[in-house]
Formats: sequence, structure tokens, C-alpha cells
Amino acid sequence: MFWAQLHSRVAIDALKVSMHTSVVSLACIVVFGTPVAYLLGTKRFPGRSAIVTLFELPLVLPPAVAGIALFAAFGRFGILGAQLRTVGIELPFTWVAVIMAQSFVALPFFVRQASAGFASIDAHLMGVSRTLGAGSARTFFRVAIPLARQSLSAGAALSWARALGEFGATALFAGSLQGTTQTLPLAIYDQFSAADLDAALAMSALMVAFSAGILAAVKVITRSSSW
Amino acid sequence: MDAPTDKKLSVKVRHRLGRIELSADFEVNGGITALIGPSGAGKTSVLHTIAGLLISDSDSIATESRVLLDTERSINLQPEERRVGMLFQDGALFPHMSVARNVAYGLHPRPRSHRERDARVADLLKRFRIEGLASAKPSRISGGERQRVALARAVATSPEILLLDEPLSALDSVTKGHVSAELSQWLEELGLPSILVSHDFADVVGLADHVAIIEDGHLVQTGSKNDVLRRPASAFAAAFAGINFFPGTAEARGHHTEVRSPDGVVMVSTDTLTGSVGAVIHPWDVSLSLHKPESSAMNLLHGPVLQLSEVGSIVRVTVGSTPPIVAEITAESVERLSLALNRMVYASWKAAATRLVAQDGMV
Repeated sequence: MFWAQLHSRVAIDALKVSMHTSVVSLACIVVFGTPVAYLLGTKRFPGRSAIVTLFELPLVLPPAVAGIALFAAFGRFGILGAQLRTVGIELPFTWVAVIMAQSFVALPFFVRQASAGFASIDAHLMGVSRTLGAGSARTFFRVAIPLARQSLSAGAALSWARALGEFGATALFAGSLQGTTQTLPLAIYDQFSAADLDAALAMSALMVAFSAGILAAVKVITRSSSW
Repeated sequence: MDAPTDKKLSVKVRHRLGRIELSADFEVNGGITALIGPSGAGKTSVLHTIAGLLISDSDSIATESRVLLDTERSINLQPEERRVGMLFQDGALFPHMSVARNVAYGLHPRPRSHRERDARVADLLKRFRIEGLASAKPSRISGGERQRVALARAVATSPEILLLDEPLSALDSVTKGHVSAELSQWLEELGLPSILVSHDFADVVGLADHVAIIEDGHLVQTGSKNDVLRRPASAFAAAFAGINFFPGTAEARGHHTEVRSPDGVVMVSTDTLTGSVGAVIHPWDVSLSLHKPESSAMNLLHGPVLQLSEVGSIVRVTVGSTPPIVAEITAESVERLSLALNRMVYASWKAAATRLVAQDGMV
């Protein structure tokens, strides 16, 4: 009975959308967030704390506000959205909007953890790498990334969990179109509103299991001392 | 740079460092120069500037054959282009790589094949007697072994200069002796101009040929190890060498020179120097007695014994006179005088034992 609920069209579509979007979001977060975290974790420069605050803002911002902000910027009549529309790009209510909402909200989880990881690397190791003939790029890939990999993986897992659970910003900016932008949390809300409590419960149970799995993975990653 | 000289490394550093202005010009002629000074004097900053890890305002650094940095000519080689080998306190080995990988990291020139790389790494491991550790992770090897790996890794880059930042300070005293002797031998074999930063007197005595004293960002004395340690030109250098040092004003008085210290004590010297001076008195030239000595010693201080520390068969006795003075006497003498803490003693020394060094316009 319970499992049958997960075989409904709505649940399967939501699961697919959630998986696709959250994986793409995670990729965006890692690609964009790693260099940012490296700069914030290892360099001291004027304006650094302002940038840190900017990157941490989504942590405390209500997701609905994040959704409104994205809508104001990229919406049909938004500051950037209007310009994009003239070249034929419309972001709201597309799967790209889902990814933007998820990335925006989940990025700080990765950047915080990753920059702490980079900051904890002994500065001598980076210096010695340079004196051994490695340029800054080689030092980044051969020394910084491997030494921060625990923090990077933990940060990635946490931000993935956050992206999967994203609701408010997605609802406002991407809507809840089954098969396109309706992720699991949105489907749960949808089914709940339609008084289909069983379906909502089944999908919720799935998310609980998933979230618990990710948290357990983070614990394992951060506990394993590798060398 | 001026016309090429026969110097192997010349360093000119001018750099604003927080509250101090770093300003040091010196040349290293091969051999090991120890850079010593109080904490925060700028020693490590000098090393980091030479290595290119610290960006400075106005400097020039050149080896015999290459200019590494010349701010006037806008030359500033990146650290990876400088061929400067650096040894850190704990070895700074990459913890995620095996010993062999660490040594292979900076091989210069770059090996053309894996086989060539492995062969060259094997040679280096053998040379530094760490071949048994090739696949070990740095966390599993001892402090002494770690320094050997660090040296092998630095040598693998064919450096032109070696910088040693407190290389022995993370080791326990027993290991330190061994590693210091080993390091000294290897550095001699390598024959590279090297700069050693250390807080430890024994490291400096064991490793250095030359000594440069840096205080508040300025070089105050440079010279051969023996010169600097026997005739320190500053209170820090004297304290480092374990030698008494009293600043004062010198005036000629007949056949002698009288030095008046800021607290009004007058010392007599046979050296002829006037003006601002430092009076250097070697602890082994100071005699102790319980009664006022009848001898020809012209300098006399009186005070309680504050500290007795045995160094082999010699005992260093700190006397709480004004100013306090350290004497080195034999363990037998300590017994004969039945010296104990707080016992009042006379410390005396001859005028010829008061060596004067000029304090303005440093040596």
C-alpha cells in the first residue's frame, strides 16, 4: 500500500525532477564554489568579510525571500529577465529556474565547509609546493584539493541534501509543474493540499530516508582519518 | 645590480612589516649563514622574501648567475622559478603522499618517463639513506627521518640556494644532535649558499659558518661565527651566546678606559674606545669568591647567587649584582666555595677581560 504510493505518476515524476535538478545544482555549486572557497579560505584581502557575508546570506534568508529575489532579477519583468527575454531566454517556471533556486540556497553550505577545509591546510605546505617548482594551479590541484577533500565532500553532501529539500525559492521562482519543475518537496505539498495524505507521507518517508543517508555519509567522511 | 661579483647570493630587503621596517642587506658566500634574532625581528620574513613567498616593496635578490628579484627593474620571478630549496621546522612533507611521491614532486629537470622518475627518486632516497621508507606516509616516520625526506625533496629540485627555517626545532634533544651532525655533513657536500634561521644556540654552533644578527628588522652584526659569538655587538647577541653584555659610555682614564653603565656602575677595560660602547665580559673570565679578593682584578661586583646551572663539568652561576653577571666556574670551585642559592659572593675580572664593542654605527 505504502510502496504503491511511490509508484504513482506524480511521485515518479517528482523523484526524477528532484534527482536531475539536484545533481546539476550540485555540479554548479562545486564548480563555482570551490574556487570561491579557496580564495576565502586561504587569502586575506580587503572586502573579504563583505564577500563572506554575501555568500552566507542565503543561510539566514527565508527561502521565499530568495525566490522573490530571483524572480525580481530573472523574472519576466525582472532587471535581467527582461533583457534575457529579448534574446529569447525565459527562465521562470523552467528546470533551469529550479537549478538556480537550489544552487542559490545550497551554495553557502558548500562554501562554508570547503573554505574551512582550505583554511585548515598548513600554509607551509602551499609555500613549499611553490618552492618545489609547482605553479599556483598545480599547487591547487595537487596539494590544496587533496588536503581539503574531506571538507569538500562533506560540504558537497550537505549542499546536495539542502538542494534536494529546497521548497520556498523553487515554489516562487520555478513553480510546481509536474514533470518539469515539481520536485519532491513541492509534490509533497501538492498532494497534501489535494488531501492525498498517503502519497504525501510516502514521499516524505522517502526524503527522511534520503536525508538520513546523506547525514550518515557526512559523518563517515569527516570521521575517517585518511593518513 | 652592480658589476658581477664573486658572491653567491646577495640580498637587499626593504619591506614594511606591520610595525617594523625590515631592512637587511647581506651577502652569502657559500657555506651556511645563520640568521638569528629575537622573535618578530623579521628573520622568517627575510627567508620568505628570498623564496618569493612574501611580496616585498623594494628589494633585489640575486645569485651568482641570476637575478631573482629586482623591483627597480621590475624583475620578480615566481617562487616556482627561483630554484630556492626551503626546509621548514616540521619538514612540511605532503601528508597525502608517500615519501617517494614527496621526493618526486619537484624533480628538476622534469623526468621524461616514469622509469626515469623512479630511478632518480630511488637514487635520492639511497643518498639520504631513506630507501626503506619509499612507500611510507609522512605521519608514520620519525622527526629525524622527516627532515631527511624534506632535504631529499629539496635537493631533487636542483636548488641554487637552501633556506632552513628552524629545521631542527621540532626534534627532541637526542635526535637533534644526530640530525644536526647529518645535516651539517650533507650541507657541506651540497656546497650551496644556505641561510639558517634558528633560536637554538646549539643549532647555530653546529651548523653555521657565518652569523648575521637581526633585530627590529635591521642587521646589527654580521661576521664569522666565532667573531660574532665571541664579540657580540648587542645585548641580544650576547645573551644568545651566553655572554655578559653591558651597554655604557666609555671614557679614557690614564692607561685604562672607564665604562659607566646606565645604573652608575663603573667598569674598567684595557680596550681603547670612547663614546657609546657595549662591554663584553666572557663568563669564563669572571672569578667568584666569598671575600673581597686581594687580586689585581680591577672590576668587582657583589650580590647573591640567583641561579646555578650545570653544563657538563662547568657551572654557570648567575649573580644578582647590579648589573647581574654570569660566571662560569668548575664544579670543583662550586664545591670549594660551597656556593648555594642566595649566598653573597664577589664577582671579579681583569680590565683586560672587559672587551669593548662600539654601539653606534654597528660593526
